[in-house]
Amino acid sequence: MDRELTAWALALAQALLFIAAAPLLAGWLQRVKCHMQNRDAPAVWQPYRNLAKLLRKQMLLAENASWLFRAVPYIVFGAVLLAAAVVPLFAVHLPSAAIADMIVLVAFFALARFFTALAGLDIGTAFGGMGASREMMVAALAEPAMLMAVFTLSMTASTTNLSVATAYMLQAGLVLRPSFLFALLALAMVAVAETSRVPVDNPATHLELTMLHEAMILEYGGRHLALIEWASQIKLMIYSVLIIDFFFPWGIATDFSAMALAVGVIAVTAKLMLLAVVLVVWETVLAKMRLFRVPQFLGFALMLSLLAMLTHVVLETG
Amino acid sequence: MGIAALGLYSQAIILFAALALFTSFIMLAQARMMPLIFTFAWQGLLLAVVSVLTAIASKHPELYVSAALTFTLKVVLIPWLLYRLSIKLNMQYDAEAIEHPTLLLLGGVALVIFSYFVAQSIIHLSGLATRNTIAVSIAIELLGMLLMCVRKSAVAQVIGFMSMESGIFFAAVVSTYGMPLIVELGVAFDILVAAILFGVFFFHLKDSFGSLNVGQFNRLSEANQPMPLRDAAGEPSPGDPS
Amino acid sequence: MSATFGTPLLFAYAAVLCTLLSGAVSLLAVRSRPGFLHFGSFFFLFFSGAASIAAGGWTLLAKLTVTDHFALGLPWLDWHLRIDPLSGFFLVLLGTLAVAISLYGPSYTREFARGPAAQPLPPLGVFTALFVLGMQLMLLADDALVFMIFWEMMSLCGYFLVVYQHQHAANRQAAFLYLLLAHVGALVILLSFGVLAAFGGGLTFDQMRAAKLTPLWATLSFACAFLGFGTKAGMVPLHVWLPDAHPVAPSHISAMMSGAMIKMGIYGIVRVSFDLIGDVRWEWGMVVLIIGTASSLLGVLYALMQHDLKRLLAYHSVENIGIILMGLGMSMIFLGSGHKMLGTLGLVAALYHTINHALFKGLLFLGAGAVLYRTHERDLDHMGGLIHRMPVTAFLFLLGSVAISALPPFNGFVSEWLTFQTALQAPALENGLLRTMMPIAAALLALTGALAAACFVKAFGIAFLGKPRTRRVARAREVPVGMLGGMGLLATLCLLLGVFPTTVIEAMGPITQLLVHEALPSATAQGWLWLTPVSPQVASYSAPFVVAAMVVVFGLGYLFLKRGTAPARRVYAWDCGFGQLTQRMQYTSTAFSQPIRRVFGGVWKIEERVDTLASAGLIPRVTNLNYSLHTYDWSWLKCYVPIGRMVLAAANKIGFIQTGNIHTYLKFSFVTLLVFLWIVS
Repeated sequence: MDRELTAWALALAQALLFIAAAPLLAGWLQRVKCHMQNRDAPAVWQPYRNLAKLLRKQMLLAENASWLFRAVPYIVFGAVLLAAAVVPLFAVHLPSAAIADMIVLVAFFALARFFTALAGLDIGTAFGGMGASREMMVAALAEPAMLMAVFTLSMTASTTNLSVATAYMLQAGLVLRPSFLFALLALAMVAVAETSRVPVDNPATHLELTMLHEAMILEYGGRHLALIEWASQIKLMIYSVLIIDFFFPWGIATDFSAMALAVGVIAVTAKLMLLAVVLVVWETVLAKMRLFRVPQFLGFALMLSLLAMLTHVVLETG
Repeated sequence: MGIAALGLYSQAIILFAALALFTSFIMLAQARMMPLIFTFAWQGLLLAVVSVLTAIASKHPELYVSAALTFTLKVVLIPWLLYRLSIKLNMQYDAEAIEHPTLLLLGGVALVIFSYFVAQSIIHLSGLATRNTIAVSIAIELLGMLLMCVRKSAVAQVIGFMSMESGIFFAAVVSTYGMPLIVELGVAFDILVAAILFGVFFFHLKDSFGSLNVGQFNRLSEANQPMPLRDAAGEPSPGDPS
Repeated sequence: MSATFGTPLLFAYAAVLCTLLSGAVSLLAVRSRPGFLHFGSFFFLFFSGAASIAAGGWTLLAKLTVTDHFALGLPWLDWHLRIDPLSGFFLVLLGTLAVAISLYGPSYTREFARGPAAQPLPPLGVFTALFVLGMQLMLLADDALVFMIFWEMMSLCGYFLVVYQHQHAANRQAAFLYLLLAHVGALVILLSFGVLAAFGGGLTFDQMRAAKLTPLWATLSFACAFLGFGTKAGMVPLHVWLPDAHPVAPSHISAMMSGAMIKMGIYGIVRVSFDLIGDVRWEWGMVVLIIGTASSLLGVLYALMQHDLKRLLAYHSVENIGIILMGLGMSMIFLGSGHKMLGTLGLVAALYHTINHALFKGLLFLGAGAVLYRTHERDLDHMGGLIHRMPVTAFLFLLGSVAISALPPFNGFVSEWLTFQTALQAPALENGLLRTMMPIAAALLALTGALAAACFVKAFGIAFLGKPRTRRVARAREVPVGMLGGMGLLATLCLLLGVFPTTVIEAMGPITQLLVHEALPSATAQGWLWLTPVSPQVASYSAPFVVAAMVVVFGLGYLFLKRGTAPARRVYAWDCGFGQLTQRMQYTSTAFSQPIRRVFGGVWKIEERVDTLASAGLIPRVTNLNYSLHTYDWSWLKCYVPIGRMVLAAANKIGFIQTGNIHTYLKFSFVTLLVFLWIVS
């Protein structure tokens, strides 16, 4: 019983750390990107300052905003929070992973997206509708690709429980699995699309030609905007941690000793920093795609995940 | 037998086999000429690597010879020939419009499933650790054929043909550790001759048609020639991409 | 008869009696006394529904199977009735919808009593009652004769309900198509029963269960049943009647049809293949899985192109029937290859989705009816901003949209999740083909889910959010309490079935026990909080946790973020500073689905036309722009139009015998008579 309590406490601590660290990852990403592009870099703490500023501001609401518009930031934040609570960050075998498995995780993102899109339509502006329409199109292609990649992994580990799957990858050691290679590529492409990064979307611009995600949340301000921004930072971190857990799980704590936990935290920090550098390089060398190139991009991801599934069944079993 | 139970070499063979399959898909979707040729070269390289790995794993030294043969032919010689040809015929920037790319890829996936289905019945005849790759080799072969069926440009046809041959060679390597050397040499020679013949052919095609679009070959038929006079005047027909 | 006392059948008879009373009372509802319909007919319907729920619930909880027979009908064949957990489950489903529409109906049907849309009221009440009666007795049937009689009663009354507002030619056409396909379906079902009866030596279901069929005949019987019941369920490509017929019926009837009637097709498939034929084969499962996948994907893609709200919902019925069929197909595959536990899981997923779909589709049709009731609009592109005018309806419709889009913590998600879990157990199969096909089907299900979410963002967003696009919509008001009550009941059930899945699965145990002699103890082994379909190591989901976390986030947000800050100020929408927005500048439903239309191009036959009128002059100025877009269903163009043409051609060929001369006809009859007598002798 005592052990179970420790486990739950650790799970809570992990979830809180997850939420608290997400802006830091965004800050680091921004900093590396600035360095890479020869610009003056803001401090890594900048996202925290932005959030604090937004939380303090007075709210402005558009005339036509309904109750739904005001509820959406909380729903989005709640969904992403739940998703963060079930992803193993620095330790496996935590009981919180039983709340939701990989499929539910994808569904949490879908829930957040559904309500964000509705908020985009609520004010009745042209941009809001445009963002909602485009986002749902991208999601319609990204979601099956993501689920297919996830299915490949879960069929290998014969579980959809994130913690158990991570533990399986960890104890399986280095096995050259072609399916994992394809799944990794597919998952990375989906992650790029879902977290609104270049080349699918560019979160830094407000032009009708380039906006996808940003167009839906144009009318938000104050604490609503803070929650949404924070949620999208957490989302980016979840995708990064997912990739780390599935493909490079080494270092994550398997027991709850202080030593193992410390190693787990350091390992995941190092891996996240490295992954951010990879993402920055990717974003710097690529240009934003035209909207109707995005389906091809995601179609390629879908094909990769299909191939991952097929190679798993054809080559790795039987 | 699950992959985790296999040795590292067998795992690597499986990995490279999967990558070769992947290059087949890339070729299916690649519309531009130069990348198509390069992808083909990559596939050859992957096959050569698989041969070397199989040679090491199974201690069949004669497989080194086939690996070297594959490398010289499919990674160096044939791609180089095709590359030269494309530059000479001034078509290195050509891209053909692929009809229904999504449908094509889905068809490719269906072919992979089908070859798995077919391979199931023969797979237990082979006792080798890498027997699962038989399905992949059949798939590469079928995908090469699909490529030939759906593409219009003659270069793509040649690539598809060569890719089919790669599939057969691959099947031989993974299922019985290679064909007898003499057969392999003969096939390799055939392929080379075929490549050269195709080259000569291209020149004549380009001369007489002004394009390498095999969709226009029906104009060769004398039976249902619609407008012989206009064609003789060398007027390109509408819808001709080149 | 005395045996029925103290059994669920008593409640079932009470339900049938109440339905009959409901029909009888509505006969009195002439123009001057519409109250008999509003309060009399629906009053009895309410008790009929409640009694159905009681009968079904009792059967499920007590794990009973009770049979009874009456000396009615044919001299050598009594009417056999039976209530068992499977029919009990569908009775609960039917009863719930009946209760919901009896709350909703009294206000909704007011529209037909007076005003411009006035119709004679007695037919509506009588046919509604007979429609429900048909379904109730069909579920209770224990022989093929009773089953077919009440199946036909359901179909026929459905026709009269679809054609109720017969002034519009479109309604008559839709109803005729429905009638035609219903009868083709019924004929094929009859063939299936024929095969079973021939082997079993009788028409009762007990004799059919005992029949020893050769694999070929079993497959034939299954194929006929699947085709026939599939027509009623609306699977692709036999779905064409559905999107025409459902929207034109009065909305509470649409809810009943989409929620209950098409489920009777599912009931038929399950009853015949799992119960009567008995040992299912994996080949059948493969066919069902493929058709289910096609239905779900095509259903949602066609739904996305609709801008008529009720038609959009009707296409979603096709999609959801596809999802149910996918569960059934996987169940058959697993059962056919000897994996009983996984087969049970698939069956549970399918049945769970059946009741879920009944609830949320009923809710959505009632919501669409509420909009129709106040605005007389079905076209999404004329709506907008209704959330301000009808907040409660909007909230309930939103709950239904979330549920149908398979988002947690609602019920639609649970059943789709179970279907996914079933598909992920594919590695247990020996057959490589099946092992590859099932995960691909699951990926297509994921695509379906994502597209459904897109479709309901469109449906809810265009209809209820933004600014009103027409004046009629801008003046709408909230609907009466009764209608809200009907919708609220279904919405609450949607949430409850989503949050407490373990309870529901436990209650469904007797059904699987009856059909495949296996329950799913592992799903509920970890207590009510954790749903673990195979084992806690493989997968788990805890909906109560999800709800609790959401509540906590809202609470904390309210406590910490909202307190102490200045109240929000209302300002003009920013919109990147472009300003001066009108409601005409909002995205319409057609605009919303344009990217998806472009990505999935070949799925529809699209006719897009832009007509511009330009004034003459040196620099032509466009004065008038007309954009029209039509999307057509390929299955209609490729399957039905050719068949129709062939029938016409054949009719023309044999038309020469139609001379119009009475003597010729008499001669035909005479010759026929002679030939028959000769054959018989």
